[in-house]
Amino acid sequence: MKPKHIFGIVLVVGALAYLIFGGLSSNLVYFITPSEYFQNEAKYANRSVRLGGLVKAGTVRYNKDNLQLNFVVTDGVREVAVRSVGTPPALFKENQGVVVEGKFAGQEFQGTNLLVKHSEDYQAPKTGNYTPEQIKKIIQETN
Amino acid sequence: MQLTRSSGKRDGLTPALLAGGLLGLLVGFYLALSAPPDVNQGWLVRIMYLHVPMAWLCYLAIFGTLGYSIAYLVRRNPRYDRMAAASAELGLLFSALTVLSGALWGRPTWGVYWTWEPRLTTFAILIAVYVGYFVVRSAIEDPELRANASAAIGILGSINVPISYMSVKWWRSLHQTQTIDLTTGKVNMEPSMLLALMVNLLAFTLLYIAFVRLRGIIAEREAEKLEAQHG
Repeated sequence: MKPKHIFGIVLVVGALAYLIFGGLSSNLVYFITPSEYFQNEAKYANRSVRLGGLVKAGTVRYNKDNLQLNFVVTDGVREVAVRSVGTPPALFKENQGVVVEGKFAGQEFQGTNLLVKHSEDYQAPKTGNYTPEQIKKIIQETN
Repeated sequence: MQLTRSSGKRDGLTPALLAGGLLGLLVGFYLALSAPPDVNQGWLVRIMYLHVPMAWLCYLAIFGTLGYSIAYLVRRNPRYDRMAAASAELGLLFSALTVLSGALWGRPTWGVYWTWEPRLTTFAILIAVYVGYFVVRSAIEDPELRANASAAIGILGSINVPISYMSVKWWRSLHQTQTIDLTTGKVNMEPSMLLALMVNLLAFTLLYIAFVRLRGIIAEREAEKLEAQHG
């Protein structure tokens, strides 16, 4: 066997071991829910975690000037206030499933990265294209 | 058009499958572009018409490798070893395309190109298995040992495919669950979108069979050339 082949095999086996034992085992629980956090607050304190749940309706506040985004993530039982910076992804809206990467700071969650889950259900919009009112609203929101 | 196998046998099926697959791609392309936008994602949903068939082909390819690997171990015919490798080559190519199309879809919808969630992680393992398959093939010179070793990888590696498919249900993930759920038979899709996706899935399946057969013929000729040089 030539050295390059041994190197190749070691590389692939190493990558597989890393993916299975490092990547997969720590990601089998991809995110924790607010309830799980409150059950074991000490465990999740001061370390990077992913918090998952639904965006509670009526709690989204986005400041377009300093890009501060505040909302509440709920799992239906407990809820956590999330603060993050940056423009949210286009699919971010109320009652949408989200995963926020970041750290707990007391009762509040400091998000560094906001990920949005989307549905596996693909359907056409009910009214066809945007109505003139919707377009007007979109233009106003971007200003 | 016909292809001639080195045994002298004529092969009309491979060009026919190739033509059928290409025609299917054209029809699927037209149907996908005339299908309506998704209520949540808008036109971004169009990436799905390519991403899903690409991922389907990867799964298909590893099962092709599994089948030919078992056939080789039972029959000991070098042809099955060549076909197993041909299928794995397609799997490697299309798994790269699946990740690329998935990244381009993930960025605008999820917000990230890549994240270590269960579906994506199991898919990364699938790619590592494919890469390992070819590293091992290139490392071993003895044809019989090479065929045995790669058959073992082909068989063991395919265990990951059902795990990858079910990962979105078994574990919490960012990736959405199956739209066409093979375990329950439920389909959550507008009929015109489903038609475009189905045509593309059929086209990719035909192209997969055609490419594996074509690669098998090329590998057969390469093997004969090599034998003539040494013999």
